[in-house]
Amino acid sequence: MIVGQQKDFEEIKKMISSYNRILVLGCQTCVAVSFAGGMREVEILASMIRMDRKMAGQDIEIIEDATLRQCDFEFIDSVENLVDDCDVVLSLACGVGVQALAERYPDKVILPGLNTSFMGLTEKMGVWSERCAGCGNCILDKTGGLCPIARCSKGLLNGPCGGSMDGKCEISSDVDCVWQLIIDRLRALNQLEKLEEIFPIKDWDVSGHGGTRKIIREDLTA
Amino acid sequence: MEGKFEPLVLAFCCNYCPSCSADLAGSAKMQYPSNIRIIKVPCIGTVGTIHILKALENGADGVCLMGCLEGKCEYSSGNYRARKRVQYVKNLLGKLSIEKERLEIYNISAAEARKFCEIAREVTETVRSLGPIPLKIDNSKI
Repeated sequence: MIVGQQKDFEEIKKMISSYNRILVLGCQTCVAVSFAGGMREVEILASMIRMDRKMAGQDIEIIEDATLRQCDFEFIDSVENLVDDCDVVLSLACGVGVQALAERYPDKVILPGLNTSFMGLTEKMGVWSERCAGCGNCILDKTGGLCPIARCSKGLLNGPCGGSMDGKCEISSDVDCVWQLIIDRLRALNQLEKLEEIFPIKDWDVSGHGGTRKIIREDLTA
Repeated sequence: MEGKFEPLVLAFCCNYCPSCSADLAGSAKMQYPSNIRIIKVPCIGTVGTIHILKALENGADGVCLMGCLEGKCEYSSGNYRARKRVQYVKNLLGKLSIEKERLEIYNISAAEARKFCEIAREVTETVRSLGPIPLKIDNSKI
């Protein structure tokens, strides 16, 4: 899932300072799971904005809602009336949701309330970590299901490097060396011989270095 | 605001120990300030950030959470969660320049009626000394 983190309140305040009728629009999918942009966070942020404006003696009207998924046009079409009815939309979706709104509602100012952090998972309640870099060419079959692109600090394909110490990365003793984890897992699976294959130079074209990516399935297009 | 300021303090009390201590205080005819308005909750861990913010937004000058003693939560860790959440909301209040002392959490057992009354007095006096929550002051006329 996409993991996000709400922007600092001061930054949000500055973004919305010239607007008096705001739609705070959350997304009930990924960012709701990371407690950053679901309906719960919409209510909290809206309450804080109202209190802040009240203390400044300024009027504000806030409409609160959340779409089931903000990255699909069919879901954001359902809030058309709310979007029409406000001066600005403060989106608590990931960057994809913000851009989907901007594309669907070209005459409306859409502001981001979140920083889209990474693709990751919930390790435990309140802890999320990155697992996929979206490189476009998955090698998890060769690395025991652990991704060195996303999880090795150097993104090494033929690790570990000399900075691996006691299973930890040289950048911090809090960071696991993913290559150590890969070796441990392949040993447990009795597949250590997989590491004898030297990875060739990776084709980064499919990871965005060849420009914005797009997938077209002719059998599905109208 | 005319006359002497009387703060309104909302107290979220866990249905288990703290609510019983409030009942016991009442049965024993112990006095505590009428500024405290109690809302019973199934566990103090069920009180969310939004409940605290809405209370302050809608007229409370202070909020206190009363949970069971540490290690005695009926749901194992609700009171620990609540303590962390209170810290989180205090940080949010800081961003709004609202005094963090308007929010506090206490642990109390069912038998501690006297402690309940002391907490009620302490919270009321703390909030009284802070004055009305800034939201109640009409800043548009400044």
